[in-house]
Amino acid sequence: MHFLQISQVSIEFPTPKGQFKALDGVSLNIRQGDFISLIGHSGCGKSTVLNIVAGLYQATEGGVILEGKEVNEPGPERAVVFQNHSLLPWLTAYQNVELAVKQVFNRTKSKAEMKEWIEHNLELVHMSHAMHKRPDEISGGMKQRVGIARALAMQPKVLLMDEPFGALDALTRAHLQDSVMEIQNKLGNTVIMITHDVDEAVLLSDRIVMMTNGPAATIGEILDVELDRPRDRLALADNPEYNRYRSEVLRFLYEKQRKVEPFENAKKKNQTNNKSSKVA
Amino acid sequence: MSIAAFLKQPFKPLSSFSGEDINRDKIVEITKSVSLPMIGLAVFLLIWQLASNSIVTSLGDFPGPSQVAMQFNNLIEEHKEERANVQKKYERQKVRNDKKLAKNPDAEIIWRKYKSRTTFFDQILTSLITVLCGFAVASFIAIPVGIVIGLSSSTYSAINPIIQTLKPVSPLAWLPIVTMVVSAVYVSDDPAVSKSFLVSMITVSLCCLWPTMINTAVGVAGVSKDLTNVSQVLRLDWLTHVRKIVLPSAIPMIFTGLRLSIGIAWMVLIAAEMLAQNPGLGKFVWDEFQNGSSNSLGRIMVAILIIGLIGFFLDRIMLLIQRWVSWDKSAVIR
Ligand SMILES: Nc1ncnc2c1ncn2[C@@H]1O[C@H](COP(=O)(O)OP(=O)(O)OP(=O)(O)O)[C@@H](O)[C@H]1O
Ligand SMILES: [Mg+2]
Repeated sequence: MHFLQISQVSIEFPTPKGQFKALDGVSLNIRQGDFISLIGHSGCGKSTVLNIVAGLYQATEGGVILEGKEVNEPGPERAVVFQNHSLLPWLTAYQNVELAVKQVFNRTKSKAEMKEWIEHNLELVHMSHAMHKRPDEISGGMKQRVGIARALAMQPKVLLMDEPFGALDALTRAHLQDSVMEIQNKLGNTVIMITHDVDEAVLLSDRIVMMTNGPAATIGEILDVELDRPRDRLALADNPEYNRYRSEVLRFLYEKQRKVEPFENAKKKNQTNNKSSKVA
Repeated sequence: MSIAAFLKQPFKPLSSFSGEDINRDKIVEITKSVSLPMIGLAVFLLIWQLASNSIVTSLGDFPGPSQVAMQFNNLIEEHKEERANVQKKYERQKVRNDKKLAKNPDAEIIWRKYKSRTTFFDQILTSLITVLCGFAVASFIAIPVGIVIGLSSSTYSAINPIIQTLKPVSPLAWLPIVTMVVSAVYVSDDPAVSKSFLVSMITVSLCCLWPTMINTAVGVAGVSKDLTNVSQVLRLDWLTHVRKIVLPSAIPMIFTGLRLSIGIAWMVLIAAEMLAQNPGLGKFVWDEFQNGSSNSLGRIMVAILIIGLIGFFLDRIMLLIQRWVSWDKSAVIR
C-alpha cells in the first residue's frame, strides 16, 4: 500500500453556465519521503489537485488516501504553503508560526520548547533577523519564507507547496530552493510542489508529474528524476542527464501540451474565469 | 500666491536656522492643518452674522454669533449661581445645626439634602450618560449577533428580513411602546435609575443597533478565503478562529458600523428627549422654545452648537479607539 494515494479524482465546479469539470481521473501514488513536482500550463488544475489533497476541496469522484485513511477535511498533517503566502497580516512572522505550532503541539510541547521550535523553524528559512516584523514590513520573498516556516513547523506528514517561489527574483528563488532541498534532505518530508519552472522541477524532484491542459485535465506523463542527492545547481548545469530531463519536460509542455488557443478565445475564457471567481 | 506658498513663507528663516527641511515641512503641515479650518470657521461666522441681521422672528432678531456667545456666558453664569446657591443653603444649615448643638448637645438634628435646579450643563451630562449607555448596550448586542450572522449564511438569511424591517423605524415610533413597556415592567420602590433614563436609553439602543450589526456581519463575511483556508488547515476551533482571524479582519467594518451607530444614537436621543420630555439637551431645547423669551433663540442656538460639537467629539473618540485597537497603525482612517 502506498503512503499517499490519489485515486481516480475528478472534480466539477458549479458555475453560472453549468458544471465545469476541472479534473478528470487523476491518479497518483506517492511514497513516503518523495519530492513530487506538479507542472502544467496555467489554469490546468494544479492548485485544484493540491487543494483536494489538502482537503479544502472535495473531489466529486474518487478520493485521496493518506496512510490508509481517507482524506475529507483539512488538517495540520497536510500543511499547505499557499500560492500567495496567506500570512495573517496582523501577526508578526513569529506569531504566525506560533499560531500553527500552538495548534499542533499544544499537548506535547512545553512553552519553552514551543518557543525554541518556532525560532528553530524561522532559522531554517533564515528569517531569525526579522521574526518580530509583520508581513507588511517584510519583502515578498521573506513572506514566502515565513509561509514555508509555518508549514514546516507543523511537522506535516505531507508538505503541499503551491508555487512557493513563484513571485520571487532569481537569486532569492535559488536560495530558497537550496534551503528547501536541505530541509527535505534532513527531515525526509513528503512534498508535493506546484511549479511553472522546469529547472526548479528537475532540480528538486524525485518525480515530475506533468498535467494535460484543462478542462477535464489529468496526468499526462510522469518523469522519474534519478539524479544523485545532494544536488548542486552549478554542477548540474553541464550534466547531460540533467539536460535530458529538462528537455523532456519542455517537450511535454511545448509540443505535446502546447496551448492552442486563438487570442479571441483566450480573452473570452479569461473573462468567464474572472466572473466565476467573483461569484465564488 | 497660493495659500500653501503663503504659509511656507514665514518659516523660511526658521529652516535656515535649524537646517532641517523635514522639520520645516512638518511645521508647514501643522500650520496648514490649523489655519485652513480657522479660515473656514471665520467665513462661516461672517455669513452667519450677515444672515442673522436680515431675519426677524416673533422672538426678535435671529441670533448672530455674538448674541450666541453672550447667551453661552449667561448659561455658564446661571450654572455657577445655581451651584453657589445650593452651597449657601448647606452653609446656612450647618450654622443652624451647630447653634442647636451648642445649646443642647442631645438635640435632634436633621441634615437636609438640597437639590439644585437642573442647569444647561446638567442636561448635557444627562444626555451624554444616556447616549453612552444606550450605545454600549446596543454594541454589546450588535457585535456578537453580527459575528454570528456573518459567519453563518443560514442564520443570516433567517435574521436579515427582521433586521431590514426594524432598521428604518424612526425613534419617534419606538418611543410610545418603549415608554409603555418600561412603565409596565420596571416597577420598583427604590429605582436605581429613573424611568425616563431607561426610556431614552432603550430607544437609543433600538435605533443604533442596526448599523453596527449589519456592518459587523458584512465585515465578518468578507474575511478573505485565503485566511479561512489557513484556519481550516490549522483546524482552529471556533473561538480561536473568531479571535485570531475573523475579528482582526473585520475591525475596520465593525468600527464603520460603530461610528454610524453613535451618530444615530446622538441624533435619536435629542429627538427622544424633546418628544418625551425626558431630561437632557432635547428637553432644554424644547423648554426654551416653550419659554419664548427674547433670549430663547440664542440659548437654543447654543444648545445646537453644543449638540453638534458633542456629536463631532463622539465620532473622534470612536476614531481614537479604532486607532488604538486596530492592528494596522499606518492605515489612513477618516
Ligand atoms: N472554486 C472554483 N470555482 C469554479 N472554477 C474553479 C474554481 N477553482 C478553480 N476553478 C477552475 O478550475 C481550473 C483549474 O484551476 P487551478 O486554480 O487549479 O489552476 P492552476 O493550474 O493552479 O493555475 P495556475 O498555474 O495559474 O495557478 C481553472 O479553469 C479554474 O477556472
Ligand atoms: Mg494555482
